[in-house]
Amino acid sequence: MNALPLLSTVIWLPIVAGIVILFTGSDRNAGLARLLALVGSIAGFLVALPLWTGFDATAHGFQFVERAPWIETFNVFYHLGIDGISLLLILLNCLTTVLVVIAGWKVIDTRVAQYMAAFLILSGLMNGVFCALDGLLFYVFFEATLIPMFIVIGVWGGPNRVYAAIKFFLYTLLGSLLALVALIYLYLAAGNSFAFQDWYALPIPFYAQVLVFFALFFAFSVKVPMVPVHTWLPDAHVEAPTGGSVVLAAIMLKLGGYGFLRLSLPIVPDASRELALFIIVLSLIAVVYIGLVALVQADMKKLIAYSSISHMGFVTLGIFLFNAVAAEGAVIQMISHGFVSGALFLCVGVLYDRVHSRQIADYGGVVNRMPVFASFFMLFAMANAGLPGTSGFVGEFLVIMGAAKVSFWYAALAGTTLILGAAYTLWMYKRVVFGAVANAHVAALVDLSAREVLFMTVLALCVLAMGIYPAPFTEVLHVSVNDLLAQAAKSKLP
Amino acid sequence: MQSIGFPVPDLAPAAPEIFLLTAACVILMVDLFLKDESRWVSYSLTLATLAGCAYLIGSGSGATVYTFSDMFVRDPMADVLKVFVCIAVAGILIYGRGYVGARGMYRGELFVLALFAALGMMVMISASHLLLLYLGLELLSLSLYSMVALQRDSRPAVEAAMKYFVLGALASGLLLYGMSMIYGATGTMQLGQIASAIAAADNPKVWVLGLGVAFIVAGVGFKLGVVPFHMWVPDVYHGAPTAITIFIGSAPKMAAFALLMRLLVSALEAMVSDWQQMLVLLSVLSLAIGNLTAIVQTNIKRMLAYSTISHMGFVLIGVLAGDLNGYGSAMFYVVAYVLMSLAAFGMVLLLSREGFEADMLDDFKGLNQRSPWYAFVMLLTMFSMAGLPPTIGFYAKLSVLQAVFAAGYAWLAVVAVVLSLIGAFYYLRIVKLMYFDAPQDMTPILPQPDMRLLLSANGLSILVLGILPQPLMALCIASIQYSL
Repeated sequence: MNALPLLSTVIWLPIVAGIVILFTGSDRNAGLARLLALVGSIAGFLVALPLWTGFDATAHGFQFVERAPWIETFNVFYHLGIDGISLLLILLNCLTTVLVVIAGWKVIDTRVAQYMAAFLILSGLMNGVFCALDGLLFYVFFEATLIPMFIVIGVWGGPNRVYAAIKFFLYTLLGSLLALVALIYLYLAAGNSFAFQDWYALPIPFYAQVLVFFALFFAFSVKVPMVPVHTWLPDAHVEAPTGGSVVLAAIMLKLGGYGFLRLSLPIVPDASRELALFIIVLSLIAVVYIGLVALVQADMKKLIAYSSISHMGFVTLGIFLFNAVAAEGAVIQMISHGFVSGALFLCVGVLYDRVHSRQIADYGGVVNRMPVFASFFMLFAMANAGLPGTSGFVGEFLVIMGAAKVSFWYAALAGTTLILGAAYTLWMYKRVVFGAVANAHVAALVDLSAREVLFMTVLALCVLAMGIYPAPFTEVLHVSVNDLLAQAAKSKLP
Repeated sequence: MQSIGFPVPDLAPAAPEIFLLTAACVILMVDLFLKDESRWVSYSLTLATLAGCAYLIGSGSGATVYTFSDMFVRDPMADVLKVFVCIAVAGILIYGRGYVGARGMYRGELFVLALFAALGMMVMISASHLLLLYLGLELLSLSLYSMVALQRDSRPAVEAAMKYFVLGALASGLLLYGMSMIYGATGTMQLGQIASAIAAADNPKVWVLGLGVAFIVAGVGFKLGVVPFHMWVPDVYHGAPTAITIFIGSAPKMAAFALLMRLLVSALEAMVSDWQQMLVLLSVLSLAIGNLTAIVQTNIKRMLAYSTISHMGFVLIGVLAGDLNGYGSAMFYVVAYVLMSLAAFGMVLLLSREGFEADMLDDFKGLNQRSPWYAFVMLLTMFSMAGLPPTIGFYAKLSVLQAVFAAGYAWLAVVAVVLSLIGAFYYLRIVKLMYFDAPQDMTPILPQPDMRLLLSANGLSILVLGILPQPLMALCIASIQYSL
């Protein structure tokens, strides 16, 4: 196995495939571009599978490590490695890419090659973020993801796409530029080293920890996104094409949560512990307040976007409770949210492709025309509401349990999501799917095609598998999460 | 020769300059006998001269040699910068060929002036004496003034030339005034001797020196085009023919950087605390005003002019770090900047054609539909200028920021980062115009093959050097280490 650098393959295969697709050029070769994209994304998923089978869940530290000098002047290494947390996110990413390619198969008919290439390149770059063990490498991948997403929203998005794309870009860039300053500080403080391992071992005085914490917080909280820097997300989601929304919700938001886990907690543990209350309050505001905001949305995509923010509040809450149950719950919640929000955006996409409206008021009685679709949509709506037996339940339950260990009130407030989530999701579901056929557009609806059934089924299986038997997912996390928390529990004050 | 009483200097270190000068004179003569349709002869001769010159520089020993009574120095920094100057000038001529051809400027004068400008830059880069520095600077400046005015029936061009000349003369005056004060305080004009005179004096004439430093910084500030000495930059960039704007906006920045190194570091390093404060002010102002004003521009040449101002602010940040790390990263920044600037103006030249300047932002609308490849080249250039990975611009900013952070100016790094976020907006707008908007005219883009090849290579180099920045970065930093 040593012959093939698996992680590099996982990163570079989709990127190379994306570049090859770009060379198919104009829309005359759209069919070829689609085919190449499908082959590339499936190959990307297949090369990620040996990571799963070869992963030793009992081992400490990083696995599949690759290390080569990259920029000697700054002592930067091309240093890759994964633990349980990255493993799950990489698999989620590779799977989502395949689904997005299939979902965009018919819908995208202008500049197909560029669309498909953007998603494949994006997928490779995000794998890079999850694999990087070197600060600069991490930052390069982290920032580079902005470019394809900016293009995707701006070129194939809705009427207000330009505003949304620029807002998305500038918001995230502001956050990450401040993080760059923090990375430079760490580089100099660690004696000219960008290696995560050196940063983990580096003693940092408290005031500096607080500054670094906030610099990183800006970068990751914008990505997650947390209240009050969440306002770009509804805009971006509403305007992005379906594929863009899916990748944004399923993977890109996870970059923020992953950043908190990989950088903030282990590098500045004292500041993280001291400021945990700050994050917890913001997370609870996201869970409760954004849940209420979601309730009143008239646009389905906006509703799911707000629901994403609310669910990501659970992730940040779980991370900053500093106990193993909650942290595992947070990671599980990230994966589950990847499946569920991705699936919900695909559902809305299915409706939008047929009716060209995202307004709840334009629908009603869809079940009469699209029974198969209605059942899939039902499952995903239930998962979003956190029904036991679906993946949504596992993460939320673990986080609430972890919260109860710390404080009753955290748990009580977090628990409101079970009510709010059910309320906004099911109410939307009721208005869209049930009732009498609302208008001529709905009457003309056609049920899912085989292609659509295919990606819905894959997601439904994932949601159910994770809900009914989550052990394989939690198993790979145990050691990684416990090591991480042990690291975060140690004081690094000099 | 002994009888004349004049020691013959060692000419070998100056061989590239001597070759360039000779070749420029030959081309001037040859061109007189050429008809318009065989102008390609002088064009090819010019390119061959630059290639030969680069070869002569590259084949040197790489050691530091002084000659002409220590007035002229050839060190690794000079060699590296001169090679880049030759490459840049050759690139400019290739990019500009179609443009100048369509506007009646495809004449021998242009080539000869370009070669003289290159010679001026090389002399500036290698000077280790105040007088020689000034000579090189004037040779460069006078060639540039005339190149701007070459399109003599264009009102904006003539106006730009006039402005450039008047303000350039003012800058030269300031510089000379500063030099005379330095000479007055130290009694020498050789840079190394100035440094040792300041170090040896038990009571250095501080206020004369300080005043001299202030005038020198102001003069160099004019040449670099940093705030508050930037007024000429947008007008000249805008008014000059694009093929000349690309010249002004690229290679001379490397020469100005060398000027900064020679004056402030080789001669006046003992005064570092004086000039550091001035450079802090200049760099912050340049970043702020350059980036903010660029946002409201509708003309891409003006926008790039303001963007140049902010980039020069970044170069100053590297220099003011005041150590080898900082100088090396500033040099890397300048070289990276020249690469990006060539690509950006090259794109403007690519879109222009006879009777159409393509200098408005809206001319970039829908470029992705007209030519996906060149839209991608421009996308890379813009993201590189904004400092986004994986492009060379990111590493340029990173190296400067870490240098200034290490020098204890963390706040400056934060300010620079916030202001470059503002800068990102107008670069993004170009990308937006190219990718999100529909094209206004569908005229096919048909550049000459050499330009097509060079522009593609230029764009790719921004990406490739962004993925593997090590060679260029190491080259810049090593050359500074062995020179200063």
